[in-house]
Amino acid sequence: MASARQWLDIIYVITAKEMKVKYNSTVFGYLWSLAQPMAYALIYFIAFKIVMRIQVENYTLFLVSGLFVWQWFNVSTNNCLNVYLANASLVKKLNFSRSILPFSMVLIELIHFVLSLPVIFVLLSVYELPLLNENWVLMPVIVVLQFCFTFGVSLIVSSVNLFFRDLERIVSVLLTFAFYLTPVVYPMSMVPEKYQYLFLLNPMAVYVELCRAVFLGGEIQFFLIGLAGLYAVLFMFVGHLIHSRLQWRFAEIL
Amino acid sequence: MSGIEFRGVTKTYPLYHHAFGGIKDLVVNFPRAFRSLRENSYTALKDVNFSVGNGEVLGVIGKNGAGKSTLLSLAAGVMKPSHGTVSVEGRVFPMLELGGGFHPDLTGKENIELNAVLLGLSRKEIRSRYQEIAEFAELGDFMLEPMRIYSSGMKAKLGFSVLANLDPDILIIDEVLAVGDYEFQQKCFDTMEKFKRKGVTMLFVSHSMGDIRRICDRVLVLHDHKVSLEAGVEDAISHYENLG
Repeated sequence: MASARQWLDIIYVITAKEMKVKYNSTVFGYLWSLAQPMAYALIYFIAFKIVMRIQVENYTLFLVSGLFVWQWFNVSTNNCLNVYLANASLVKKLNFSRSILPFSMVLIELIHFVLSLPVIFVLLSVYELPLLNENWVLMPVIVVLQFCFTFGVSLIVSSVNLFFRDLERIVSVLLTFAFYLTPVVYPMSMVPEKYQYLFLLNPMAVYVELCRAVFLGGEIQFFLIGLAGLYAVLFMFVGHLIHSRLQWRFAEIL
Repeated sequence: MSGIEFRGVTKTYPLYHHAFGGIKDLVVNFPRAFRSLRENSYTALKDVNFSVGNGEVLGVIGKNGAGKSTLLSLAAGVMKPSHGTVSVEGRVFPMLELGGGFHPDLTGKENIELNAVLLGLSRKEIRSRYQEIAEFAELGDFMLEPMRIYSSGMKAKLGFSVLANLDPDILIIDEVLAVGDYEFQQKCFDTMEKFKRKGVTMLFVSHSMGDIRRICDRVLVLHDHKVSLEAGVEDAISHYENLG
């Protein structure tokens, strides 16, 4: 089996390759990855702030800080649906650990997430809010947990989609559902109290709440961290189970 | 010590088009769809036994659809047998298809790194050998162009150049040299002969009996998904040519 060094090399090469493939044909490259969530932010701002007059302080900042977190998950999941189809020439012909492909997709979106943080800092200073607070200590933990959760989901969608192509449609509907059930455009406090615990059944609601508490300050409820850990472990476990059972059939079906 | 051994290897594929009916089929006819998925399968290889090792070159010949590519995919480890065991000892470098193991949107240079890392080399090793690989491939400035614009001959050149400059224990080559020009083919055979002297084991599929005669020690004839004969080169070729 390959050494750790070898694994890092493979992850590096695959991630670099995906970045190159993604940006090769677009001039503005990375700027596009910022433009997309910013465009969404503008749309939601018009719909919810200007038209529906939602009562949230610093709504632009509030919106953007949730959107970037959501976007990491959303884009990873969407890209992973087709990751094996897009890399058929590698999967069919070489014997390497397949899960490196979805792993790299999630890693790339994490890189985009990190690269989009300056936007949040700019907005914080525009609103004259403190750039950092003590919650940042927890950020690495939250990021690792959300990474594990997203990777787990990616393992499931990337492998199952090869055998059941309808999954693409189902996932796109589910993601829209999940988006509006995640407190991105509204704060959790606006959800009627009796439904709040139901909203926490949505893992992304937990991660968005936690990240936002880091960006904007405020108290972090420790049970949310526990829940974030639980979802991360659960989805990694299920994802690994499904993916490892299906991965030997990839080369047959592609 | 290097080699490949197949013991009682059978490979069946489910006929996946049953599953591709999509959700409507699945919901409307669930029991039937499920049963047909279980019962309908295609046998690509049936009870195949052979072994090859220690610098031997085993040719594999057979008609289209006889199971040659499945056999090579199993040896390369991209698939697992349905029954039986495939044991492989040593570093295997497969070249299964034109452009296989490469990504069409990357340049030749980027693809060399990608391919070689996936084959198990470190990035450092590749950087130190890049010059040799590029010289062997004779692609000139095309090395910096995306691979999707390459001709088939150029893809074959790039693929073989990577293999030629690594240290394989086992090489698996599926009918890919045929598209290269005469000069390049000679270079490939020289390299394969050099590997052979170094004790590299090879599995070689070809439809060119000239190529088989030139490099192989023994030949496996596949017919109707079974090993029809395993013999010396001349016996195997005349057997193959007389198959109905």
